[in-house]
Amino acid sequence: MSTELSTGATRQSAEALARSKGEPNWLVELRGEAAELAGTLGWPKPEKVRIERWNLTAVGNYEQSTAAASIGELPAVARELIAEGTENLLVQRNSGVVWKQFSQDLASKGVIFTDLETACKEHGELVQQYLFQAVAKNEDKLTALHAALWNGGVFVYVPKNVEVEIPLQAILFNDNAGATFAPHILIVADTHSRVTYVDSVVSEPGAASAPFMHPSIVEVFVKAGAHVRFGSIHHMGETGVDMTIRRAVIDNDGRMEWIIGDLNDGNTVSDTKSVLNGKGSTSDAKVISVGTGAQQMSLTTQAVHFGKSSDSDMVTRAVMKDSASAIINGITKIEHGATKANGVQTEKVLMLSPKARGDANPILLIDEDDVTAGHAASVGQVNPEMVYYLMSRGISKQDAERLIIYGFLAPVVSEIPVEAVREQLQRLLERKLEG
Amino acid sequence: MATHFVIDGLKAEIEGKEILKGINLEIKGGEIHAIMGPNGTGKSTLASALMGHPKYEVTGGSATLDGEDLLEMGVDERALAGLFLAMQYPSEIPGVTNSDFLRSALNARLGEGNEISLIKFIRKMEGKMKELEMNPEFAHRYLNEGFSGGEKKRNEILQMMLLDPKIVVLDEIDSGLDIDALRIVSNGVNAMRSEDRGFLIITHYQRLLNYIKPDFVHVMMQGRIVKSGGPELAERLENEGYDWVKEELGIVDETVGQA
Repeated sequence: MSTELSTGATRQSAEALARSKGEPNWLVELRGEAAELAGTLGWPKPEKVRIERWNLTAVGNYEQSTAAASIGELPAVARELIAEGTENLLVQRNSGVVWKQFSQDLASKGVIFTDLETACKEHGELVQQYLFQAVAKNEDKLTALHAALWNGGVFVYVPKNVEVEIPLQAILFNDNAGATFAPHILIVADTHSRVTYVDSVVSEPGAASAPFMHPSIVEVFVKAGAHVRFGSIHHMGETGVDMTIRRAVIDNDGRMEWIIGDLNDGNTVSDTKSVLNGKGSTSDAKVISVGTGAQQMSLTTQAVHFGKSSDSDMVTRAVMKDSASAIINGITKIEHGATKANGVQTEKVLMLSPKARGDANPILLIDEDDVTAGHAASVGQVNPEMVYYLMSRGISKQDAERLIIYGFLAPVVSEIPVEAVREQLQRLLERKLEG
Repeated sequence: MATHFVIDGLKAEIEGKEILKGINLEIKGGEIHAIMGPNGTGKSTLASALMGHPKYEVTGGSATLDGEDLLEMGVDERALAGLFLAMQYPSEIPGVTNSDFLRSALNARLGEGNEISLIKFIRKMEGKMKELEMNPEFAHRYLNEGFSGGEKKRNEILQMMLLDPKIVVLDEIDSGLDIDALRIVSNGVNAMRSEDRGFLIITHYQRLLNYIKPDFVHVMMQGRIVKSGGPELAERLENEGYDWVKEELGIVDETVGQA
């Protein structure tokens, strides 16, 4: 399986697969070009993480998916994430979407919430305007490979002035390591619209026990005055490699919020970026992670300011255990002309083991004088003064440390918009922190 | 059993420097003792050493509460045995709400199987907060984070009220308090006076003792209690300062362990 990439993503095979799925010509073409690029471009090079040593080629083969007749048919790993009475839900299993439900009310307002493959067929013109416009397919081998192979996925379109009150939820899971699992999430929020989207990317530990790679791209377009909240929890098994690129492009007075839990057990590259094009555009990114075992992670948040008076805030918090390592980069870039822009970032790492590694690298790149920017980074252990204080009230050492660690991660946990996903996050944290 | 707290020949050091050079003190339930003294004489060290702060090492002597050796216990066990220290500089704990913390502390005190129900807890907490004239929103704020000095002190007293300790040590509870807050905090302490509870008030200003009337006053210098008396001693210190004590005892430099 791991040797198939070099041959598996040829122009011919990518195009053939696309045609066999009945994809429109423009997409067949796009995939073919991307496959060719994947053969020539190099892998991304995250700081201080040698991803070339990871099993990046285990992209598997396309697996024809069969729609589930009911939620009850889905495996527990997906089912437990679905609250009773959920209205808007999409479930991808391995290479394709197997469950979709969407409220009639939202559909009648012109909101689209479907898998991206279907959207390419049914809303081709709309999708084409945005697909691979925030993340170009020729950026590197990862984006090209993803463009050639992506499957299932999610497409959200919210028309002008429409406010979607209830969060849209997606569950993307892998229970066959041999299947290509490469969802692409595309969200377009038109002028003055509002939407919250939450997904969980998980693998079934028993079933996906062989090496697999999850190349994933998220593109979000926030039009003028629109507001998008994007929540995502990743929890794939030890044998998975998660390579996820998230990017939002924000117009005038638009607002983007990222709430990310990078909680895989395996190696992870996570890169979350907001491009603040518009005047008065704002972005808020919150990322938490818990490193366990021997996993290696590269966690990056980025904000690029073009718009005047644009504002960004980025917070990453990681707890590192065992011999896990995480390189945490925060990059705030303020371009020339982005006057009155403000960008702040904080990276904090809590080290629970002497063998773990956590590097926080705050980077400010500023090409404009009339701006404000700030950064704070810290790497440390559980503060003994805090433990002493809690213990002085009768709380045991173990409980005191637990309170402090959960408190450290609380700013993100409390922000997750869907209760079932928030509960999943709590369970995951307990498992990763105390398992 | 009536509360009986005995400190006998307590010696303690920080980073190899001896600060407490043999403290003797006995507090019975119902009594309020005040320890006064200028800065740097070891008063706060006594409080920290009794509670078990990790930076202080006890090098001699004993401290027992109702016959139990506190110094053998971990910090949490001392608290569960009934010792409470209202700290001069309470830690700020981000991400942990005050009410979650208070409930964890109260449940630790009540013990497994006797935990308080959420609804009872909230009622109890809100009642005590009202007594201390605390804004109810402080229950949902992160523990001490962004609290003013006075708010932190009130929060310490709130914890004392909820945890119902046998021996309360108040370490400079009056520092940074305006008159209103001083009155509220003192009322909180006075409301907790009982035959089963002893207090040790550490302060270097007499003004707190106008609100909380001590039964015994001790003066600390050079890491020892050098003089003891009744409330009249505090008044004389307020009027005349500490120089007469130094003169009487032939002390030139009252501080201890200063570099």
